[in-house]
Amino acid sequence: MSLMAELNQKALRLGAPLSVHLDLTYRCNERCEHCYLNHDDLGEMTTAEIHRVLDELAEAGVFFLTLSGGEPLVRDDCFEIIERARALLFNVKLKTNAILIKEAEARRLRKLRVEQVQISVYSHRPEVHDGITKVRGSLQRTLAGVRALKSQGLKVTIANVLMRSNARDGAGVQALASEIGAHYTLDPTITPMMDGHTGVLRHRVSADELRQVFRNSDLVEDVESFCAPPPAVDDDVREGLPCSAGHTACYISPYGEVYPCVQFPLPCGNVREQKFSEIWRGSPQLAEVRSIRGKDLTTCSSCAHLGTCTRCPGLAYMEGNMRGPSSADCEKSFVRTGIETAGMLAGHMARIRGLVQIESSMRVAN
Amino acid sequence: MTEKYILRSKAIAARILGDETIIMSATDSTLFNLSEVGTLIWQAADGQTPLSEIVTSKICEEFDVAPETAYEDALAFVEKLSQYGILRVLDHPLKETAEASAAKS
Repeated sequence: MSLMAELNQKALRLGAPLSVHLDLTYRCNERCEHCYLNHDDLGEMTTAEIHRVLDELAEAGVFFLTLSGGEPLVRDDCFEIIERARALLFNVKLKTNAILIKEAEARRLRKLRVEQVQISVYSHRPEVHDGITKVRGSLQRTLAGVRALKSQGLKVTIANVLMRSNARDGAGVQALASEIGAHYTLDPTITPMMDGHTGVLRHRVSADELRQVFRNSDLVEDVESFCAPPPAVDDDVREGLPCSAGHTACYISPYGEVYPCVQFPLPCGNVREQKFSEIWRGSPQLAEVRSIRGKDLTTCSSCAHLGTCTRCPGLAYMEGNMRGPSSADCEKSFVRTGIETAGMLAGHMARIRGLVQIESSMRVAN
Repeated sequence: MTEKYILRSKAIAARILGDETIIMSATDSTLFNLSEVGTLIWQAADGQTPLSEIVTSKICEEFDVAPETAYEDALAFVEKLSQYGILRVLDHPLKETAEASAAKS
């Protein structure tokens, strides 16, 4: 077992929140067509509030801290927040579009020992990337930011969200990342908006496009193994946890709301009203999420893919039942292996016409 | 014996988990998990307390181990950590500066 796996096991045993994703703002200097956020400022936490939250996260045992948005660097106090986070010895990962990163900002991030910077690049072709971000010149500016970060020796990951408009550009972005010396990740997941609206799902790649990705040996390390039929489901799988959401990880919005994950908008508390550790230990919603095992899943517990499916409980929640199937993951399992999922056989995917509206707990600060 | 002093680095990422400590080196992102004893030494690395005193007060008092053996093990341990930039091994105590004050806290 790797040290990282051991740490996860230990955090699970201790009930410790090893990782937290904190969005500093939902405001953004891009308008990506697939984005799941409302970019209005509905009352973001102040600098002082965020500093207090960081203190509480450190006290609770959080080690990995992802700072993201929106675009986090549109906040004037972003570097001040990173400084505080690093003074508290968090392992900091910054997610940004890098448009606001020039040499000085890159140098500052290096000096602060930010562990990793993740940057979304949708295409190597400006007309495609800029078409998605709705900002002319954004690819050029983002790549200038990436190069500034690399020149400082920072670890950079280029994240390539795959959708209909850039479905054929994965190899181009991968080559670009290689040329720059950045890591490359590909993600074909488009999520509903945080308020439950599903219009953005029209950007999801088709099953045929997904199939091509899953069978591309440049993108998938071992295609044969990746696309193999799932092994038999055993008791370990039936007793297993769906994912780390709510167990060793959680998400905090710019308004202080705590959710199990950025893709799981189940309100569990607000750090403006309660200490983080009280929410982490005492939230009935988190307790419910933690109680779910593979055997408890509606439909999926009888699925052959139970042990290998990437089923996201947050996406399932947005479809109406956190114990139910996530249609996007049913599709991935099917496209990957050619074997139908229990959700498909039960007609679940056909029934999903519109995802449920999620009650928003967002509120404007007084 | 030349006295040694040890000082925690601020360039690393670190968190105590249970009675152990997770540390990620800033130089090459190597992940470490310090044991209970290693955690006690790391926590005491304020740049001013002699390593021998740390060993006596933190290790020998807590664990049934001879001071000489404990000191040798502790020295090897801190020298290894210093190779990864996790702490510095000094021949003299850090002067009373802001850095030293911060390390004490």
